Amino acid sequence: MKDIQKQFKTENLTSVNAPFFTCKEKKKGEDRRAKLCESIEEAIKRSGLQDGMTISFHHAFRGGDLLINNVMNIIAKMGFKNLTLASSSLASVHDPIIEHIKNGVVTEIYTSGLRSKLGEAISKGLMEKPVQIHSHGGRVHLIQSGELKIDVAFLGVPVCDAFGNANGYSGRSKCGSLGYAMIDAQYADYVVVLTESLEEYPNVPASLHQDQVDAVVLVDEVGDPSKIGAGETRMTTNPKELLLASHTAKLIEHSGLFKEGFSIQTGTGGASLATTVFLSEKMEEKGIHASFGLGGITGTMVYMLKRGLIKTLLDVQSFDEFAAKSLGENKNHIEISANEYANPSSKGASIKQLDIVVLSALEVDLDFNVNVMTGSKGFLRGASGGHSDTAAEAKLSIIVAPLTRGRLPTVTKRVNTIVTPGSTVDVVVTDQGIAVNPKNVELKARLKKSGLQIVEMQELYDRAIALCGEPAEIKYTDKVVAVIRYRDGSVIDVVKQLA
Amino acid sequence: MSKKLETAHAGTLESSDAFVRVIPINEKGIVIELESSVEEIYGDAIRALILESANAMKVDGVKLIVQDKGALDYVIKARVQTAILRATGESEPDWSMLS
Amino acid sequence: MKQKLRRSMLFVPGSNTGMVCNAFIYKPDTVMFDLEDSVALSEKDSARMMVFHALQHFTYKDIETAVRVNPLDTPFGLLDLEAVIRAGVDIVRLPKTDTVEDVLAMEREIERIEINIGTTKKTMLLAAIESALGVVNAVDIARSSKRMMGIALGAEDFVRDLHTQRTKEGHELMAARNQILLAARAAKIGAFDSIFSDVKDKEGFMHEVDLIKGLGFDGKSLINPNQIPWLHNAFAPSQKNINWAIEVLEAAKDAKERGLGVISLDGKMVDAPVILRAEWIMDLARASGVLGEEQ
Repeated sequence: MKDIQKQFKTENLTSVNAPFFTCKEKKKGEDRRAKLCESIEEAIKRSGLQDGMTISFHHAFRGGDLLINNVMNIIAKMGFKNLTLASSSLASVHDPIIEHIKNGVVTEIYTSGLRSKLGEAISKGLMEKPVQIHSHGGRVHLIQSGELKIDVAFLGVPVCDAFGNANGYSGRSKCGSLGYAMIDAQYADYVVVLTESLEEYPNVPASLHQDQVDAVVLVDEVGDPSKIGAGETRMTTNPKELLLASHTAKLIEHSGLFKEGFSIQTGTGGASLATTVFLSEKMEEKGIHASFGLGGITGTMVYMLKRGLIKTLLDVQSFDEFAAKSLGENKNHIEISANEYANPSSKGASIKQLDIVVLSALEVDLDFNVNVMTGSKGFLRGASGGHSDTAAEAKLSIIVAPLTRGRLPTVTKRVNTIVTPGSTVDVVVTDQGIAVNPKNVELKARLKKSGLQIVEMQELYDRAIALCGEPAEIKYTDKVVAVIRYRDGSVIDVVKQLA
Repeated sequence: MSKKLETAHAGTLESSDAFVRVIPINEKGIVIELESSVEEIYGDAIRALILESANAMKVDGVKLIVQDKGALDYVIKARVQTAILRATGESEPDWSMLS
Repeated sequence: MKQKLRRSMLFVPGSNTGMVCNAFIYKPDTVMFDLEDSVALSEKDSARMMVFHALQHFTYKDIETAVRVNPLDTPFGLLDLEAVIRAGVDIVRLPKTDTVEDVLAMEREIERIEINIGTTKKTMLLAAIESALGVVNAVDIARSSKRMMGIALGAEDFVRDLHTQRTKEGHELMAARNQILLAARAAKIGAFDSIFSDVKDKEGFMHEVDLIKGLGFDGKSLINPNQIPWLHNAFAPSQKNINWAIEVLEAAKDAKERGLGVISLDGKMVDAPVILRAEWIMDLARASGVLGEEQ
C-alpha cells in the first residue's frame, strides 16, 4: 500500500486556501464559524495581501457606499503600498482615495467610472500610471483573459451567514443585485465578504456563495441607505426631460421594434424614467407586452412588471430601493452577473437578446461617436458602464440628450473622448431634432413618416454652435492619464492630462 | 464723450444668467474681469463680447466685473447694456447702439 | 390666406433668463414675453433689454412673438413699446383693456414708432379683458382697430373685479367667456382663454380645455411648457374629422383633374368655405402630429 500512497501527493490537501482545514487534529464542528474574522484588519492579514497586489470592490451601493473608504483607510494604516485598485466603478463619495494615491498606497486603478475631485485630480496628473477605464462587460473580459488578476476582493453586502452565503435584497442597506460582486467572488484569489448583518446558516438563496468566500467580517455599515438610490424615482416635471422622453417614446413606437415580446433597457435620470412611463402608456393602449427588461433596473420597471407589461426583469444592478426589494420578492425579477449581462466573450450575454437600449451622452460628434467619460472642460467625470456594451449588441441603440446644457454644446465636431464608437449608435434624440445614423436607411424612412423632426447630424451641430458659439480647444499635455478600453480590451481612446 | 458713471449692476447668479457690475475707475479704457463657468472654452470669446458691447455704448473709465453662469451671448449683452445704462442713469438708450 | 394656428400662447416672464432662452424649444404657437405683472418694478429695464434681444435672436425667428407691455400711464409702457417694436415683435398685448380709448392710445404710439423707425411691418394688437367694464365693452374693443388680432380673458383679475373667486367649474367666468367669444366672432378675430395656474393638475387643465374648446375658443394662455402637448392633443382633430377632410380634398382634387366646375361629395355640394375648413383640419392635424403614415 505504501507504494500506492507514494503516488499521490497528499501534503497539498493540507495546504488548500483554508488554513483551518486539517485532517487529524480538529474536533468535529469546532470550525463552523472559522471564516469569521474579528475585524477587517484580521481579514486582511489572513488574505495574505502584499504590496503590489490587486484588490477589488463592487459598486452596487453607488453614492451610498461606505465600504471602500473604510477598507482603504485600514489598508493604508497597515502600511501597504503600490496596490492596484479594481473597483467595478467609483462614485463621488470615493474622493478620499486621492490621499491614498498621494501616499503611494494605490498606484494603479481599473474602474468603469471616475467622478468628482478624484476624477479632477487624476485629470490634472495625480497618478504616474494611467487609469484603465473599462465597460461593465469589458471588466469581466479583462478578468477572464488574465490581465486583471484580483488577489483580494472586499465585497460589501447587507446580509450574509458565517459561511459566506450573501445577498443584496435583504437587510438594512439593500443594494439589490450583486451582479458585479458575483464576478469578483468567482475569480478573486481571496474573497472577503463584509456584512452588516450576520444571518443564520444557510442564508439562501445566495448571490455570493459559501464555496467562493474565504472570510466574513461583521461591520457596522456597508452603505448609507439614503444615498444608495440613484436619485430620481419619481416622474420628472422638468419640461426638457419630458420633451425628450416624449420624442423617445414616439421614436420607439415607430421604430418597427415596438411589438409583442420586445425587450428594452433604459437608464436612470429624469428623461429615461419618463420615457419608460410614456412607453408603458403606449403599451397599455396597444396591448403590447415586453418579454424582458434589462439593466440597470428601476422602480418604474418593477411597476411595469407588477402590471404585467413586462414579463421578466434581468437585473445586474438595482437602481433604487423598489428594485432592490422586488428582487427579493418577485420570482420574475432575476439577478444576473456581469458575465451574463454584457461580457463580450461570455457564452451568453443578455445584451445579445436586447431589442432597444436608451442611453445618455455627455457629447456626441458628427460621426455619432459618444463620450460619457469627460466633460467639455476635459475632466474625467463619468462612467463607461454598460454604454458601449449595450450599444454594440442591441438592435436599436438610442442616445438621448439635450442639444445644449446651459452654454455647453452636446453635439461637437469630434468628442473629447470616444467611449462608444459611432458605428454602434443608431439614433440621437435631442430636444431640437433627431439624427439617424446614415447606415440605418429603413429606420430613417420610417421615422420621417412619424411626424418626428428628423434632421442630419450636421444640422444639429450647426444649431448647437449657433447657440453657444465655436468652443475653444481644450489644452492638454502629452501625458496619458486614462486609457479607455473597449469591450474587447483594445484601446479605443486615451485621456490626456489637462495643461 | 464720456458719461458720468455711478456704480451699478444687473443680472443674477442663476444658471444661464450673468451678473454684471459696472464700477467707474480713474484710468481711461475698459477693464474686464470675467469669472465664467465655461472659461476654458468660451472665456476669450465672452471677454471680447463684453468689450464690444461696452465700446458700442461709448463708455470709458469703467471696470466691468462679470460672473457668468453659462449665459448665451445675447443674455450677456443684455446684462452688460442694462448695467451700463443704470450706471449712466439713462432710462432711454440709443437703440441703434444696442442690437 | 392661411390662418395662423394660435392654440397655445406660452407666457414667459421677461426677467427669467432660463425661460426666455428656452421657450422656443417647446414650440408653442405663440411665445408671449411678459414685461408687466410678472416682472418686479426694479427689473423692468433689465427684462425689457433681455426681451429686446431675445426677439431678435434666431431662435425666435420662426415662431410668432408677443409681448405684454406695461400700461402707457406708467414710466415703463412707452419704453417697452420703443424696444419691442424695434426688435420686430409680432403682437403687442395690451394690459387690462377697459375701453376703446385704451386701444386707440396704444395704437397711436405704435404707429408713431413704426413711422419713426421706418418699418413696413404692422405690429398687431391683442387686448386683454380683465374687468367687468372690459367685458361689457368687448365688442367695441374687438372692432376698434385693424391691428387687433384677438381678445383674451385675464381671469384672475376679472374675478377680483367681480368680487368673487375662481372655482374648478368656472361658473363665475361663464358670462365673460361667452361675451368675449361673441365679440371676437363678430369682429372676426381670435378668442383666447386665460391661464390655468395649477401646473401639476393635468386633469383639471384638460377639463378646462375641453370646456373652452367646446365654447369655440381658438386657444389658451399657458404658464408651463408641459401644458403645451396636453393642449395641442386636445385641439387635435378627431380621426373622423380627418377622414372627412381627406375625402373633401380628394374630391376637390379629382374635380379639378377632370375639369369639373362643381365639386360634390356624397351628393352634397362642396364649396370654398368647406374646402377651407378641410384644409384647416389637415393643417391642425399635421401640427398636432396625429397624421398617420400615408396621410
